[in-house]
Amino acid sequence: MYLWVHKLGSPRYFYSFARVVAPLLAVFCAVTMVWGLYQGLVVAPTDYQQGESYRIMYVHVPAAWMSMFIYVVMAFASAISLIWHIKLADLIAQKSAPIGATFTFLALATGSLWGKPMWGTWWVWDARLTSELVLLFLYLGYMALHEAYDNPSTGAKAAAILALVGVVNIPIIHFSVEWWHTLHQSASVSKLGKPSMPSSMLVPLLVMAVSFKAFYGTVLLWSVQAKVLEREYRSKWVRELLLGAKT
Amino acid sequence: MSLGTAFWRLLRRDLLLAVRRGNEWINPLVFFVIVVSLFPLGIGPGAKTLQLIGPGIVWVSALLATLLALDGLFRSDHQDGALELILLSPHPLSVLVLAKVLAHWLITGLPLVLLSPLLGVLLHQDAKVFGVLMATLALGTATLSLIGAIGAALTVGVRRGGVLLSLLVLPLYVPVLIFGSNAVASAGMGLAVEGQLSLMGGGLFLALALAPVATAAALRVSVE
Repeated sequence: MYLWVHKLGSPRYFYSFARVVAPLLAVFCAVTMVWGLYQGLVVAPTDYQQGESYRIMYVHVPAAWMSMFIYVVMAFASAISLIWHIKLADLIAQKSAPIGATFTFLALATGSLWGKPMWGTWWVWDARLTSELVLLFLYLGYMALHEAYDNPSTGAKAAAILALVGVVNIPIIHFSVEWWHTLHQSASVSKLGKPSMPSSMLVPLLVMAVSFKAFYGTVLLWSVQAKVLEREYRSKWVRELLLGAKT
Repeated sequence: MSLGTAFWRLLRRDLLLAVRRGNEWINPLVFFVIVVSLFPLGIGPGAKTLQLIGPGIVWVSALLATLLALDGLFRSDHQDGALELILLSPHPLSVLVLAKVLAHWLITGLPLVLLSPLLGVLLHQDAKVFGVLMATLALGTATLSLIGAIGAALTVGVRRGGVLLSLLVLPLYVPVLIFGSNAVASAGMGLAVEGQLSLMGGGLFLALALAPVATAAALRVSVE
């Protein structure tokens, strides 16, 4: 098992791995997303309190979960690249950042759209919203730092340090609804307790979460594949792959 | 030389340089006063409004003044090559970084703290909050210097690194700002401030323990 993980650090092996896995993930993502959206937007029962407008939860909550998940993946990948000097880990972190930033923005935007009918306001400076906004700034800062360096490997190392420094924000976001009782509701789904949602609403939510993860995986694998080709364009296996030439 | 001697020598060097180049500590202080003065001019001089938002104004201005001063933390040393020599020393870099950050705080943070009651008067703050104001600013600016040093180290090799530094460091400053200004506002209303001050103290100790290590790693990356 460890040998396989270690092998993935080689750009060539990763490329052939991604070639097989990414299309499968894409199909899985499409299937689960269609099923999840159908179940969530059409089949799931109407909420007694919020009516139909609660259905934006099926996009808002998975997007918010992804925004935090991707940052943690970025932090892990950054740690791996700093400790073991594996360049592929750098690429994974670098290519995850725009996806994570987009999910964060999506979470904020869909939350805002949900908040207007529900709370009567587009925005409120409560703990969860503020810390999620700070997460967006952290993503943007990470991407800016990467671009600021002329030398891409120095930029990658500097950005890796920044990602590790910023990971303290993730527990703050997660626990913000427990530490401060302001406007955003507390957690309805927990790993240990019974969820406070009926399964007819919970199952589509979890399916959407899985489909968002598959989406992230697909897009990440495709972007890193492209970047690997860009970086390794001089090597024989890339030339054979792209030109079919045996030099 | 021993680690203690190296620490003291570096601290003394930075303090001497700052005293000789008055700019380094006077400019952020003047910036602090000017920015605080801009708010009544922009919002309107009504005493009630200023009393309400005064703590926030002082805190945000202190934050911006600290940011302004942070750029010079490593840059001048980087430009004349002294930073590389510091990196080559056999002593743990995080301790030497701590010496530089301490010097930076003594030069820029401490004067802010001492000047804050005067600015409190300008913003119609009650005298009873001055103690809490100075305490939160003392704890806060120290934390800001420590966290900001990470950003300064990450951007020292970058052209036009000043704005990027602000972008990187301001999201990390948000908790300090929230607790600091909240403490002063609570003190103004006569509520307890032990909670906020304890959390700020905790934040300071966390930064004291971890920020020098991150800064040292960032310096090694930036200077190559």
